[in-house]
Amino acid sequence: MAVTVSIPTILRTHTGGEKSVEASGTTLAELIDDLESRHSGLKDRLVKNGNLHRFVNVYVNDEDVRFAGGLTAPVNDGDNVTILPAVAGGMR
Amino acid sequence: MLVIRRDLVDAMVAHARRDHPDEACGVIAGPAGSDRPERFVPMTNAERSLTFYRFDSLEQLRVWREMDANDEVPVVIYHSHTATEAYPSRTDVSYASEPDAHYVLVSTRDPHEHELRSYRIVDGVVTEEPVEVVESYMFAHTGVDDVPDCR
Repeated sequence: MAVTVSIPTILRTHTGGEKSVEASGTTLAELIDDLESRHSGLKDRLVKNGNLHRFVNVYVNDEDVRFAGGLTAPVNDGDNVTILPAVAGGMR
Repeated sequence: MLVIRRDLVDAMVAHARRDHPDEACGVIAGPAGSDRPERFVPMTNAERSLTFYRFDSLEQLRVWREMDANDEVPVVIYHSHTATEAYPSRTDVSYASEPDAHYVLVSTRDPHEHELRSYRIVDGVVTEEPVEVVESYMFAHTGVDDVPDCR
């Protein structure tokens, strides 16, 4: 078993167009390293200066990891991880 | 060009007016590949700010799943500027991540007349596009001589 990761349209260039890929790890950080080993370039889009990039939302089983430890959030076999582009902006 | 039903324009403007002076935001979903906005989904601005907006992350997950299940995409992503013109800011451009979406801005800085404009934002490049407001998509055409003045 592994962790299923849903990839948003904007990042599918890194997964050969795949909507969903598998990866493994015990924390989100390990999972992202494992993803990067097979889908080069993904990590740069997800992590900046050792933190989750502000341009993305990452969910582990429907929980926003920003409120669950960020990159140290635990993941387990069978979990679903969803990546979405953050929708944000403002007048400045 | 963005071709959009009048009731959807009215709904965006009403949402922007209602949340003024906070920035309002949301999406209009439509069938994948159709480029036709149909389902109005106002979103919560998690920042509740006069100068910034961010979709509430859990609400966004729910709405994006709904769209996936319906084979829809966010055809329009809209937000309001409450004190400046309806033009994408540097922050707007840095976050824009849907190359196929129409980014609609509504300015509510004038209490009587709103300004509504639409853009494509691809790889950091902003391109304004005409907006054609129609009563129904059944009779919509794409002539350039019928651009609304958004009043």
